[in-house]
Amino acid sequence: MMDLNYITEDLIKSVGQFLPETALIITFLVAMMADILFKRSKHLTGYIAMAGLVIAGFLLYHQTGVNFKGFANMLVIDAFGQFMKYIVLLSSLIIIIFSFYSDELHAAHSRLGEYYTLIIGMTFGMMLLVGSSNLIMIYLAIETMSISSYILAGYTKEVKRASEASLKYVIFGAVSSGIMVYGISIMFGLTGSLNLFDINQYLASHQVDHLPLLISGLLIVAGFGYKISAVPFHFWTPDVYEGAPITITAYLSVASKAAGFAVMLRFFKTTFFGADQLLDGTWHLLGSINWHYVVAALAILTMTLGNLVALWQSNMKRMLAYSSIAHAGYLLMAVSVMNDGGVSAVLIYFFFYMLMNLGAFFVVQLVSNKLHTEDIEAYSGLGYRSPLIGVALTIFLISLTGLPPTAGFIGKLYVFTSVIDAGYYWLAVVGVLNSVVSLYYYVKVIRNMYLRDIESKEDKLVFSPSAIVIVFVLAVPTLIFGMYFTPIVEWANFSMNIFIGN
Amino acid sequence: MEIGLTHYLIISAILFSLGMFGIVARKHAIMVLMGLELVLNAANINFIAFARFGGMNIEGHVAAIFVIILAAAEAAVALAIVLNIYQNFRHVNVDEVDQMRD
Repeated sequence: MMDLNYITEDLIKSVGQFLPETALIITFLVAMMADILFKRSKHLTGYIAMAGLVIAGFLLYHQTGVNFKGFANMLVIDAFGQFMKYIVLLSSLIIIIFSFYSDELHAAHSRLGEYYTLIIGMTFGMMLLVGSSNLIMIYLAIETMSISSYILAGYTKEVKRASEASLKYVIFGAVSSGIMVYGISIMFGLTGSLNLFDINQYLASHQVDHLPLLISGLLIVAGFGYKISAVPFHFWTPDVYEGAPITITAYLSVASKAAGFAVMLRFFKTTFFGADQLLDGTWHLLGSINWHYVVAALAILTMTLGNLVALWQSNMKRMLAYSSIAHAGYLLMAVSVMNDGGVSAVLIYFFFYMLMNLGAFFVVQLVSNKLHTEDIEAYSGLGYRSPLIGVALTIFLISLTGLPPTAGFIGKLYVFTSVIDAGYYWLAVVGVLNSVVSLYYYVKVIRNMYLRDIESKEDKLVFSPSAIVIVFVLAVPTLIFGMYFTPIVEWANFSMNIFIGN
Repeated sequence: MEIGLTHYLIISAILFSLGMFGIVARKHAIMVLMGLELVLNAANINFIAFARFGGMNIEGHVAAIFVIILAAAEAAVALAIVLNIYQNFRHVNVDEVDQMRD
């Protein structure tokens, strides 16, 4: 039993390491109050949210090099979590900037106070999820982010397809988290604890029945799989991505996926692998259930289905939805090797994926502002109607395919390298074949933009200069990191250690 | 006959299956949400039963309370969304809310 003094000390120490999240809570409250008090200003809440995210990022920077278990081992602060939290904060910041340019959001509401407040709430949930090391904490964090995202998906509530998207999201989300909590209850019965570290110790020292352990593990993974839209749990993805406002679609495809992958990696590493650190970066699997093959099977299903169904999509958002399922498959490939190299590959890939995917969605949003459609046919001649936007979208799509000289190529290179290093050649072969398939549907858009003969001399599309600057702020790094990627790789290698205690 | 852990686990498994059946088979959105509550309560019974019979600590009870609270929060948001569906579609039949198709 822990005595009261110990608990108080632990609590005080933990609060000191909880500053970025605290900053987000304060931002949440300030934004809500500002929304009520200053009814005239249009973007004020957005600026407050941006300031809060920057402050949270600054406080996060001060945690560099900290390895810490806080709140009675509920939360872990480590370099791995820090990397993922940066991705979450950065993509939230970019999404808020995108929202300033979104016509569909502003058509329905002149003011977007609640919208920005909910984004901060969702960011807070994701920050918690990245660091959770207790099953109930994981469930709580998933619900915190999900409840905000259900509302955000249907934020333009008079649009029929947006309200349909939020209905599908809430039903699938609630069911999968219900399944997950049932899995958690079985895991609790098997091991006698909800804390991942204690579960790990129990698994290391006791013999546990295989079947219940496998079932409870699979049920818990179903909860994560829904967040990252892995295949048997992906049914919501295309409809929600198509119906939700584009900014929220982009947000779901990057930030909530990042949080999902972070918690999945932490869960596997902390629960099912021995606490002894081997020097060569391999992990030592406890028990006889081979989680490598479980995740590898998920990866193959996910990328194959995502790529094949993306082939015949005619709506750009829906196509990008299936493409994001396929990307989750590539990332799962790196998760399935379950060693330090795999973690590093996931981090590298995620950083680049954030740049290129957000960029692609921003171009879709700009085009949809002007043309009021997301049909791929509408993109014909875009390369001539707006050369700069055409070039940027080409860069993003080539990067999503994974061709050099873009960042997407480097990300894929590291993922495949980690898979081959672990000896899963067959998995790498499936991955490469899938990349070839994906070339078709990305290049279809590029062909539409440049090579389709346009009968009518369609007039030029004029975008505001600041919007074009934002597009290129994302496009230029996508190119530069394709050639000079050492800093990101070094940062990821520095961050690949998931803290599992002393 | 003594009522033991196994009985509770069987009850919770039956409740879980009934809930999943309701979610899959029912068309009315409210009925789907009710199925969901059964799934969550199945987990709650598991938590409490393990904490009571497994000789474990208080964690199981705390977990059950958390699940109850989150289920309430989730139900509130879900009902608001269902209400919005009713305003847009004039029905809450999950199968007929299909503006978007492949």
